[in-house]
Amino acid sequence: MKKHELVCIVCPMGCRLDVIEEKEKYTVLGNKCPRGKDYGVKELTNPTRVVTSTVKIEGGLLNRIPVKTNGDIPKDKVFECMKLLDKIQLKAPVKAGDIVLKNIFNTGIDVVTSRSM
Amino acid sequence: MLNYNVVVIGGGPAGLAAAIEAKKNGVDNILVIERDRELGGILQQCIHNGFGLHEFKEELTGPEYAERFIVELRNMGIEYKLDTMVLDMNQNKTISAINSTDGFMNIQAKAIVLAMGCRERTRGAISIPGARPAGVFTAGTAQRFVNMEGYMVGKKVVILGSGDIGLIMARRMTLEGAQVQAVAELMPFSGGLTRNIVQCLDDYGIPLLLSHTITEIKGRDRVEGIVIAQVDEKFKPIPGTEKEFECDTLLLSVGLIPENELSVQAGVDMDRITSGPIVNEAMETNIEGVFACGNVVHVHDLVDFVTAESRRAGASAAKYVNNELKKEGTTLKTEGKNGVRYIVPQVVRPENIDKTLDLFMRVDNVYHNVEMVVKIDGKEVKRMKKRHVAPGEMESVKIKKEDLSCADGSKIEVYLEKEACLKKEVYLEKEGA
Amino acid sequence: MYDVAVIGAGIAGTFIARELTKYDLKIVLIDKDTDISNGTTKANSAIVHAGYDAKDGTLKGLLNAKGNAMYDKVCTELDVPFKRIGSFVIATNEEEMESVRDLYERGIKNNIPNMKILTEEEVKEMEPNLSKDIIGALYAPTAGIVSPWELSVALAENAGDNGCEIRLETEVTDMKKEDDKFVIDTNHGEIEAKYIFNCAGVYADKINEMVGEKTFEIVPTRGQYNILDKSVGSLVNHVIFQAPTKSGKGVLVAPTVHGNLLVGPDAEGLDDREALETTSERIGFIREKSRKTTDKIDFRKTITSFSGLRAKPSTGDFIIEESKDASGFINVAGIESPGLSAAPAIAEYAIDIFRNINTDLKDNENFNPTRKPVIRFMELSDEEKAEIIKKDSRYGTIICRCENITEGEIVDCINRNAGGKTVDAIKRRVRPGMGRCQGGFCGPRVMEILARELKEDIKNIVKDSRKSYILTEETKQA
Repeated sequence: MKKHELVCIVCPMGCRLDVIEEKEKYTVLGNKCPRGKDYGVKELTNPTRVVTSTVKIEGGLLNRIPVKTNGDIPKDKVFECMKLLDKIQLKAPVKAGDIVLKNIFNTGIDVVTSRSM
Repeated sequence: MLNYNVVVIGGGPAGLAAAIEAKKNGVDNILVIERDRELGGILQQCIHNGFGLHEFKEELTGPEYAERFIVELRNMGIEYKLDTMVLDMNQNKTISAINSTDGFMNIQAKAIVLAMGCRERTRGAISIPGARPAGVFTAGTAQRFVNMEGYMVGKKVVILGSGDIGLIMARRMTLEGAQVQAVAELMPFSGGLTRNIVQCLDDYGIPLLLSHTITEIKGRDRVEGIVIAQVDEKFKPIPGTEKEFECDTLLLSVGLIPENELSVQAGVDMDRITSGPIVNEAMETNIEGVFACGNVVHVHDLVDFVTAESRRAGASAAKYVNNELKKEGTTLKTEGKNGVRYIVPQVVRPENIDKTLDLFMRVDNVYHNVEMVVKIDGKEVKRMKKRHVAPGEMESVKIKKEDLSCADGSKIEVYLEKEACLKKEVYLEKEGA
Repeated sequence: MYDVAVIGAGIAGTFIARELTKYDLKIVLIDKDTDISNGTTKANSAIVHAGYDAKDGTLKGLLNAKGNAMYDKVCTELDVPFKRIGSFVIATNEEEMESVRDLYERGIKNNIPNMKILTEEEVKEMEPNLSKDIIGALYAPTAGIVSPWELSVALAENAGDNGCEIRLETEVTDMKKEDDKFVIDTNHGEIEAKYIFNCAGVYADKINEMVGEKTFEIVPTRGQYNILDKSVGSLVNHVIFQAPTKSGKGVLVAPTVHGNLLVGPDAEGLDDREALETTSERIGFIREKSRKTTDKIDFRKTITSFSGLRAKPSTGDFIIEESKDASGFINVAGIESPGLSAAPAIAEYAIDIFRNINTDLKDNENFNPTRKPVIRFMELSDEEKAEIIKKDSRYGTIICRCENITEGEIVDCINRNAGGKTVDAIKRRVRPGMGRCQGGFCGPRVMEILARELKEDIKNIVKDSRKSYILTEETKQA
């Protein structure tokens, strides 16, 4: 049996989790919601993150428009994802939620704009 | 003279929610005055996610959160003026403001909602010695440059202060290719959310140096190095612990200060601890019909709480305009002690409470396994177990209306009890650490 | 070829350059920095001393009182804020009272008008926030406060308006005297001039040695200050000095012309002529020392700390004379305190020397002593505010939220003669970034305006020196 102490990053609550690992089975304690339970297991088996950044845009109020992955991608793909964003150039107007990159790294996750401009 | 029922000063999350809620409560002829080029306030540069879990039960980025309110405001036909600065405001609720299209305006309001937000503490305010080169930015200024204007502010970075913006910028600068060498924090604990330490620092191997401060900034033209030293219990640098980090940029995330110059000048009474107006349950200040909400009242860590508080202010402003806000009845005062630094609101009139009263507060240190106790008129009405409380995370307590029926002038006290001990290491203790 | 080159655009150099434009001369004002007033002038106590302090018979003694009396006229002509608020020298014991009386006597010899020795009660009445330990003070009503860099910039601008050429970022690397002219080597090529005024501040000895023997030395002497928020600016109504004692001069507490509170300086002799760092020991020292004046200063309201370098001469007095080794080369050196106070008289004195050498000077008939007025938006009445925005909508956009500075004011200060070209230069002229947020909000917008007006890439906008870049590169360029 092994005990892992984690802080849940799913929401700003920051629940302190104890994840008990026993024969590749994980028991999560200290979570205040079901998402915390999922996080506890996933963080130890296949950690993922949402990426937020910006891409270039022309003709808008600003020079950059914020974007995000509309779901978690593997943690070790974060910098690769950033590289893909460097090459994007949008033209205003765009709507919040417009897809900038589809199905990145075959994860089924898209990069979408996170505001209208 | 322009006339409005409600004038909201500030078009950030607080102002937007207040204006929308005032309208929903049956008041027309509302004006939002925003000094920046668009609505949304600082949310527009907070492109990371984590906003809206309470409000929308989903995780939004700052701009997404702002956009939902901006769209609602527009759909409701609420008037707003951008690039508009309020120069002056008085007790009669007359406001003077300027912009480049309307020129100089005198505006008469029946009710005013103060929602000016806060600003960052600067290098000067904390007196970091050394040279005064380019390359010293507050984290928020750097955030605006990087996220909105599209410019990097440096390549090798040291961050002082572990407030949330500093932590967020540590990750942001790293993702954009900069090398963040360390985050130094004067206190033995971080002022930011723990999840931000995990996902902004730990994820990228950025060390958090607790109980450390900057003793010198080097470089006459541009920052060339930062000397960091450990501090003792009195926060004085310990000689011999200095370490120099070669870098070109220093970001400061050393606290936020409510922006109340306008409030003070108009005669609004201030709370010495929050640096914000003293408010009652309706978020009304000592000036009748002048309300305040959001970071101008006290600095929040979650925008969701700003929204909730601002809705109360907006609804109250509407009630005030419609003569529905009750002034009669008893008045209670809140008081934080024994670990509770402050409570908002400071004044409570039970007559205006529907079912429950929400109290918001911050503790003065990191505590583990404590109980938070609420006493009204000397009688204990609530006791909650807390596994962990920290100054960086706002606490709230709900109190039932029936518990508030007591003598005029009674105190509502909130304090911490039992095993109240500071454990600096435990706070960041993690597997293997 | 110029008739006159003035080296150094600090308070002395700009006063002299402007004075020279009253004559029909081809003049150039040269400075190594990116802005006027970037040396000693930008960081000092900003006091126009009454003039009791200097020993009679010295140039300091002669020129301080004289310069003080000239301030109203020049500040009116150039639309520069100057307030004659008076000064106190406070005493907390009999020994200090003795030195207060000495200063009074010296003041009488220097012809300082209307001085008075105040009793304990009079001090309390005029300055209720001072220490209870004060037993008396010297009051000199003619002392004043001014913004030294704004004055220097205004002088340069007026000199420019009257035909003086201004060359910034031009560093004098060497100089030689030829028959009837000087050839100045700079980082931007040679400049030739018949006469030279050496107003090079902490570098004046180095410039002097380019054409002659070492006749004096400048010891850069650092002084550190705290500047506090406007909310505590009215703690005192006068400049409050401490009586000099055996252990030193003490520190001053004074309001600034813009309503902040200034506390400082200490004095520290250094070898380094660019050592503008502040240190926690010294800032702690001035804070501690200030308690003798008043313990009511809330240092949590500190906006910033800064330090300045005095150009302390080895001779102990101002050096204003023609070089014995190079005729036509006039030193205006060692202009330490009370240099700012004496500056108008220093210029007059230096020009008298010049007129003795150059006897066939003709007047510049087109000389206009008045500077185009500066619009300070927040000082206008509501009607005037409405009017100016109608005329120019840029006055309707506030850029600096702390000090309520409009875009119109910033654009104006960029596009004048001797206009601001850096973020710090704009800050000195119209104050965005001087307030509590220290440029946090307005910094990016000031940079945008600078880039637009100067037709520069925003990445090339610097804080102060050419090497003090602010932005490194655009994001998303990989």
